[in-house]
Order: sequence, then C-alpha cells, then structure tokens
Amino acid sequence: MQRKTLSTKTQFFLTLFLVLGIWFLLFLAKNNASEYVILILNLIAINVIFATTLTFINGITGIFSLGHAGFIAIGAYVSSLLTLPIEQKEMSFLIKPLIYPLNKVEMSFFPACIIAGLVSALFGYIVAAPSLRLIGDYLAIATLGLGETIRIIANNTWSITNGALGLKAIPPYTNLWWTWGWAFVTVLVIASLVKSSYGRALKAIREDSLAAKAMGINVFSHQVMSFVLGSFFAGIGGALWAHLITTIDPKSFMFVKTFEILIMTVLGGLGSISGAIIGAAIYTVGLEFLRVLEAPFSIGSITFPGIPGMRMVVLSLLLILLMLFWRRGIMGRRELSWDGLYNLLRRIRFSSRGDRA
Amino acid sequence: MNVQTFLQHFINALSLGGIYALIAIGYTMVYGILRLINFAHGDVFTYGIYFAFYAVVAFFFPWWMAFIFSIFVTALLGAAIERVAYRPLRNAPRISALITAIGVSFFLENFAIVAFGGRAKSFNPQTGIYPTTFLKMLRFGNIRVPLLTFLTLGVVALVLIILLWIVYHTKVGMAMRAISKDITATRLMGVNADRIVSFTFMIGSGLAAVGGILWAMKYPQIYPFTGMIPGLKAFIAAVVGGIGSIQGAMIGGFTLGVAEIMIVAFFPSWAGYKDAFAYAILLVMLLFRPTGILGVEVPEKV
Amino acid sequence: MKRFYVFLVIAVVSLLVFAEEVTEVKIGAGWEMTGPIAGFGQMSWDGVKLAIKLRPTVNLWGKEIPVKVVLLDNKGDKAEAANVVKRLIDFENVPVILGPCTSSCALAAGAIAEQRKVAMLANTATNPLVTQNRRYIFRACFTDVLQGELLAKFAWEELKARHVVIMVDVAQDYVVGLANYFKKAFAKYGGTFFEEYYNTGDQDFTAQLTDALSRNPDTIFMPGYYAEIALISKQARELGFEGSLLAGDGADAPELIQIGGEFVEGLCYTTYFHQDADLSPATKPFVEAYWKEYNRRPDAFGALAFDAYNLALDAIEKAQSLDPEEIRNALASIKGFQGVAGTITYPEGSGDPIKPAVINTVENGQFVLKTVIHP
Repeated sequence: MQRKTLSTKTQFFLTLFLVLGIWFLLFLAKNNASEYVILILNLIAINVIFATTLTFINGITGIFSLGHAGFIAIGAYVSSLLTLPIEQKEMSFLIKPLIYPLNKVEMSFFPACIIAGLVSALFGYIVAAPSLRLIGDYLAIATLGLGETIRIIANNTWSITNGALGLKAIPPYTNLWWTWGWAFVTVLVIASLVKSSYGRALKAIREDSLAAKAMGINVFSHQVMSFVLGSFFAGIGGALWAHLITTIDPKSFMFVKTFEILIMTVLGGLGSISGAIIGAAIYTVGLEFLRVLEAPFSIGSITFPGIPGMRMVVLSLLLILLMLFWRRGIMGRRELSWDGLYNLLRRIRFSSRGDRA
Repeated sequence: MNVQTFLQHFINALSLGGIYALIAIGYTMVYGILRLINFAHGDVFTYGIYFAFYAVVAFFFPWWMAFIFSIFVTALLGAAIERVAYRPLRNAPRISALITAIGVSFFLENFAIVAFGGRAKSFNPQTGIYPTTFLKMLRFGNIRVPLLTFLTLGVVALVLIILLWIVYHTKVGMAMRAISKDITATRLMGVNADRIVSFTFMIGSGLAAVGGILWAMKYPQIYPFTGMIPGLKAFIAAVVGGIGSIQGAMIGGFTLGVAEIMIVAFFPSWAGYKDAFAYAILLVMLLFRPTGILGVEVPEKV
Repeated sequence: MKRFYVFLVIAVVSLLVFAEEVTEVKIGAGWEMTGPIAGFGQMSWDGVKLAIKLRPTVNLWGKEIPVKVVLLDNKGDKAEAANVVKRLIDFENVPVILGPCTSSCALAAGAIAEQRKVAMLANTATNPLVTQNRRYIFRACFTDVLQGELLAKFAWEELKARHVVIMVDVAQDYVVGLANYFKKAFAKYGGTFFEEYYNTGDQDFTAQLTDALSRNPDTIFMPGYYAEIALISKQARELGFEGSLLAGDGADAPELIQIGGEFVEGLCYTTYFHQDADLSPATKPFVEAYWKEYNRRPDAFGALAFDAYNLALDAIEKAQSLDPEEIRNALASIKGFQGVAGTITYPEGSGDPIKPAVINTVENGQFVLKTVIHP
C-alpha cells in the first residue's frame, strides 16, 4: 500500500484546528474545572517545556547534560526577584537585605519571564564553553556538578536569593494561558529548528561528532547554540513554575528535579519532541495518581496502609524497567506527524475491510 | 591559625579523606572494567550502614559479627545490582547504562525511606552497636584526636595493601586488569568475564560498607540519603586521582578530604560552599588533566 | 426497549449518588513524615492516631459520625507543604486541616489555606508570622516571641550565661526567628552574643565550632532541630567545650539522646510538654493512655497534635456544620479548652493561644522536667 503524504495546506489546517481545539478545552477548563485540575494542567504544560528542552539538549544534540535543574533554578529565582512586591522582599529577607537594585524593582510577569530566560541562557552560554570539551560520562558528571553548584550558590548568597530560606508569597501570575502559551512557543521554536538544516546538523553531531566536524559543521558553535536555546526555555519554564507554586527555595532544585525530567523524556523517547510532550503528560498525571499509594486505600475489604515515599519507589522502578526493556520509550526517535497519523488511520480502515493489495 | 589548630583540622581531614578513598575505590574499579559510573554506589554505602545497624538492633549480633555480616551482605547487594540492572545493558549505549544507574540510585534511596523509615537512626555506642572505646579521644598536647581517626587510617592502609596484592599478584586481579583493557579479548582467552565483573562489584561494595561503618561512627546519624553527597564526592575523588587506578582513588580521596576541610578551616565563612569546592576541583581537573593525577592517556579512536 | 432500561439504570444510580448520606467526616492533615525533620511529623501523627482511637466520632446533627483523617506527607519541604494543602482542599474537600509542625512548612501551607478560606491548626509551628494577619490559621502552641524571652531569662538567671554563641540553621524560618527573639531579649539583660551558621542536614560542624570556641563563649544556644543539636553538642564537647548547652523546642525528640548520647547530658531546652508536668486535668489521662498504646514516653509534638485533633472536633461540634467558614468561626471562639498541654483560649482576632511553657533537661539519658512556667 502506498504511503500518502498530505499536502502542506491540509497539514497547516489540521494543526490550526488542533491549536483551536486545545484553546477551547483550556477555556472550558478555566471556567469549569476545579482548582486541582487546573493545577495539574498547568504542571503538564510546564513539564512539557522542561521535557522538550531536555530532549533537545540531550536527545537531539546528544549532549548528556544533567544540570537542567540549575537553569530552571536561575529562571525561577530571577523572575521571582523581579516580580515580588517590595514590601514582601523586605519582610522575607531576614538575614541580609536584598541588594540594590533588586530591592527597588517590581515588574510585571511577561518582562520578568523574558529576563529570566535571558539570564538562564547567559548562564547556559558561560557553562557551555568549558563543559562541551568533555564527552559522555564526564560531561554528565560535570553538568551535574554545575547544576548543584548553582543550587549551592543560591543557598548561600543571602543578599540575592535569601539563601536557604527561599522566597515566598511570589505573586501567582501563572495561569493556563501563560503556561500553555509558552509551551506552544517552545515546541514550535524547537520543532522548526529540528526540522531545518540546523536540526539535521545537530543530529549529525549526536551520531558522530568527529564525522560531522569532518563534514564541515562547526560542532562547538552548534552545541553551544543548542545549550543556550535549551536553557532559555528552561529558564522560562522555571519562572512559570515559581509563580505557580509561589514558594521556592534551593531544595526545590536538587538533582531530583533533573531526574524527574529525565524520566519524562526517557518515557516518551529521548530524541523525540512529541515523545517529550507525551512523556511529560503521562508523568505529571501518573505522579498525582500514584499519590493514592501514599494514603490508606482499600480494594474491596482489604485496606492497604499508606506508605509515604512509595511514589518515588515506583517511579524509580519504572525508570529501571524502562531502560531494561523499553529503552526507546514510547516514540523512540520518531515524531508524531499528520502524515504518520493519516497513514495509520488508513491502515486500520483498510485492514478492517479486509486486505486490499 | 596556629600550628595546633592546623594539625587538628588536618588530622580530621585525613580521617574524612580515608573514608572517601574507600568509597572511591569502588567507583574506580567499576569504571575501570565497565566504563560505567555506578551512581548507585553511594547508596550501597548507605545500605552498608543500615545492615550493620539492623544486625545489632534486630538480630542482636555482637558488634564485630554485625560488621562482618554487613560487609558480606552489602557485597551481595552490589553483585545483585550488577546482575539485574547493569549486565543486561552491557552492550547498550553508555547513556542507557548511566540512566539506569541513576534509576537504581533513586530506587535504593526511596526504598530505604519506605523500608527503614524516614526518621534518622542513630549509630551510637549507647545502643550497643560498638564498644565505646572506639570513640575515645586521645590527647597529644592540646590536640584531640579521636581513636577513630587512627582506626580509619589503619583500615585504609590495610585495604590498600590487600587490594593491590589481589590486583597485581593473583589470577583474578590479572583477569580484572585484562577486562579493563579489552573485554572481548579477555573472554576469548577463556576467562568468565561475568564472574570477574561480579567479583569486582562485590569488592567495591564491601569496601563501601567498611567506609560506611567508619562514617557512621564519625557522624552517628543515618538516614536514607546519608550516602548521596559522600558518594558524589568519592566519585569526584576517583576522577581526580585518575579513574581506573586504585592508587589514584586513594590519592584522590585524601586530596578531596583534605581540600574540603582545610578550605573551610582557613575560610570559615565559606563553610556553606563546602560541597561546591568538590565540584570546582572536578571541573578544573577535567579541563586541564582529564585523566587525573595518576591516569593514563587514552587516545580517541575514530 | 434496551435503551430505556439503560436510561433507567443511569437515573437510579444518579439519584443514589446525589442522595448520598454523610457517612464520615474527613479532616485533612499535612505533616513532615519523611525528610530531615521526619521525627516531629511522625510523633505528631502518633498523637493524632491515639486521639482518633480515643475519640473516633464527632457529634454532628444528632448522630455520631466516624471521623477519618487524611494524612499527606509534605516531606519537610515548603513547596510540597503548599501542594499538600491544595490537594487536601481541592481534591479531598476537607473543611479543616491539622499541621504542619514546622514553621517553614506552616508558613507556606498557611498561605494556601488562608487564600482558600479553610481553617488550619498547626500544632507546633511557633513563628509569629504563621498566624500574623491571617484569619484562618491557628496554632496549639506558644510563639517564638515568648519562647525567646523565656530562653533569655533562663540563660541569664539560671545558667549565668553572659557570652553566648548562637548556632543558626539558616534554612529554617523557625530557627532564624527564634534566634532573633532570643537576641533581642538577651541584649536587654546586657548579655553579649554572636552567631554561627549551618544548614539543616549538615553533619559536620567542626569548622563553625572551632571558630566559635576561639571566641570563648560560656554557652552554646541551639534554636535548631534535634539531629543537628545532638551533633553540635557532640562535636563541641569533643573539641573541649565545657560550658552550658541550651536549646529551643526543636530539641524535644528521642533522637536527641539517641544521637547525642552522653554529649547532651545537662542540655536544657524549652518546650510545651512533659509527662510529669501538671499542665491541665487532661494531662494525666493522656499520659496513661499514651503509655498503654505506645509503651514509650509521650512527647510535646504528639501531645499538641492530640490537642489539635480535639480542638478541630470541638469546633465542628460547636458549629454543627461542615462549612469551613463556620468551623473557623467556632474555632476562633473557643475558650478554656482543656488541652493535654495546657488550657487553650484564643483571644479575640488572634490564632495564638496563651499557654504555659516547660523547661526540660537531659539527665542520665532521660528527659527530665525542670520547671513549668505559667503565663
């Protein structure tokens, strides 16, 4: 059976309908769903941003970075410091007062997010240069160390980040429009980049960086760009997250955070953007669902006592099993596309009517 | 800072460095033969302490029996992890093995929360875990040195001698060295590589248990994440000393322990950055001498 | 015809669903069950479990309806504490919440509870900011303003402390707050002090202690939590410190003696409860019941959590309603509640009860009552 390709016009309209459909669902959710469901929807969108950026850096460019939590932290702190009301800053900074000019600044959400993303990207740039000289495992450990170092610095610079006490009463600016809006932008930018010749260069670097270099690709600058772009959006994701949970401190950005995003991307397929989206959605919903294990629950007449901590046990077991039996994840390295979906539907249709040559 | 305070800190640093060295050996041996960073090693360290603790508290072993029991069981744990989680991925891309190692590490930590409880346990002689004599403080002039420090250094020296003997003077050791050079060729020579790998994991984990017990005697609070940071630092120590080399792990361990304590001793206001220094040292090492102090250059094949 | 039956079944089932009777009353609880301060959360929960056993139903609308407490673990983390409260209110629909026991978590959780207008009863969160300017947050303990003054007075008069080093855990609002209030009160007596800093979960304090001891303090004041207090005491004594050890209510956990051993002998600390203290008529029966149930000494956290549970139930009974607003009003108007850790009365417009305090000390490996201070 021949594989049909949909025309560009059809694909465009399909995407448009999808976007409008999601917009409509969000609108319904905002007005009718409970706060808890809205929280989950927001988290899904933010995790989509995190997972997409991680898969971009790790899966598509092949830079095994474990320091993602550091960039998220930078985005979260910078944006919060910029949006916190001045009186709140005075109240919160108990050990040392906040430095000038941050203690006199109070700006609105959008510019704060952008600045947060830019600062994150800047750190990505600074960090990229030394780290990218390393390969494989060493790069992983070095980026892990860098992520932790960022956290330790945040934990100790009381006059900027309020140290271990963290920031609280961050204005809850995050809502469904911001999160899903930014998620769209992130996916759009990264997906278009990957489909272009730039993306093909990145994949070439991932497969064999020496061969890519021999082909004339400037490996270093491509890797740096990928890192910077990834950290920019990770920073924005961090800003959205901070304004959602309204209280952050350095403990929120430990290696566990990177680990969670890693599970999302591996679940969906490291190297696939649609995989990252699917993985993020499944993980977010699944994690809340697993909370059931931590409170006493009953099946029929048997009551299982709640065991705090069971969630993470199941999660880590899941990751191990994934890596042992299903390394590719759900999507592997392929992407969801209208073509793929259309052909799948055609095959199902045909097979239910009997075989046709 | 006067000479006495300096010596006080230095001796404290040596005991810390010794423990890092013991753990680092486990990392370096595994990396040497499998090129795998065993993220779970720090947690094996934690479990070693828990096994010793429960051996006394739940099974009422006398302390010396509990320690030996712990070393054996931890060694078995290490071998089990290798068998279940790493062996199936022996031929997979390194990234997969690394991710699995991270997964195992988290699993062990969270399982400890569920199995041993989230509350810290105390590894204290009062509960009969070990005789109080170990905690005796010896005085040299104005310097107080816990007996524990000498014990640690003694154990480390003993371990080094035994290990070097095994690696360089026995068939098993020769097999280990061969595998680290080329596993396929070693197999073709008739060596059961799987068994040697298991054995390596067992040694590494057993040493981690020893390090763990010494650690718990020094810092008597044990909780599921006890091993996370020392584990990471020990890995850094292994890299600094030259990954793949046992002597390197020793040197790296002591270097890191001394650096950590002495930097804070000289600049007490930077105490909060203690852990960051280890990462800084790592980064510097990786940039300027990636093979470490004692490492060997490995050319990259195209 | 088939469709009609389907419709009938759906209609009947929906009727049943809507005609649901209230078969149990759910109360929410968020405590630190894992994490560095897991001891306190677990001790609090033990207190609540005993309370549920002794009083499993609430008298509502003429019936005795069983009470179910939904416990969620906030891991000792602020963000998680806020999450837990969100889930309890939005998903479990509880009308009142118990806990947390640390001020950091209570501040974060309280922000959510206040916003959603659901009453929250923290058992041992002592930082004044937890209830300040908040209608819906209450506590079962005294505040750090009082505690700081008590500690300063005790240090000056009993311990004859004149130059104190304060070990501050910079990761905890509670510790920073208590240290500040102590400093203010101690300065009024004319004492001098300086600070050293550490983080929750630290194991090694030799750097800070060596620096501190070189300045010859006569007392080490540790307003932090039990694990670090034990380790600091141990390392201080090992370094040759022979002065007094003083702590706040964060010390009251069995781990203090388990980890600290002989090194915490003589340590004095303030807290809300001791089984030998005659704080109210309800104390003795509680102590007996606790020993019978757990065969170990009842602690302050469990005692106050026990009180919190009973306060919540009293509020529900007084309001005769499960509406969060009415429960809140009932709670605010409670007077003379016979708690096991003392009588609780909420003054007008405040969530802070006026309560007695207790000073304990460690003697021969046991927690021994030293004095009771009534308001």
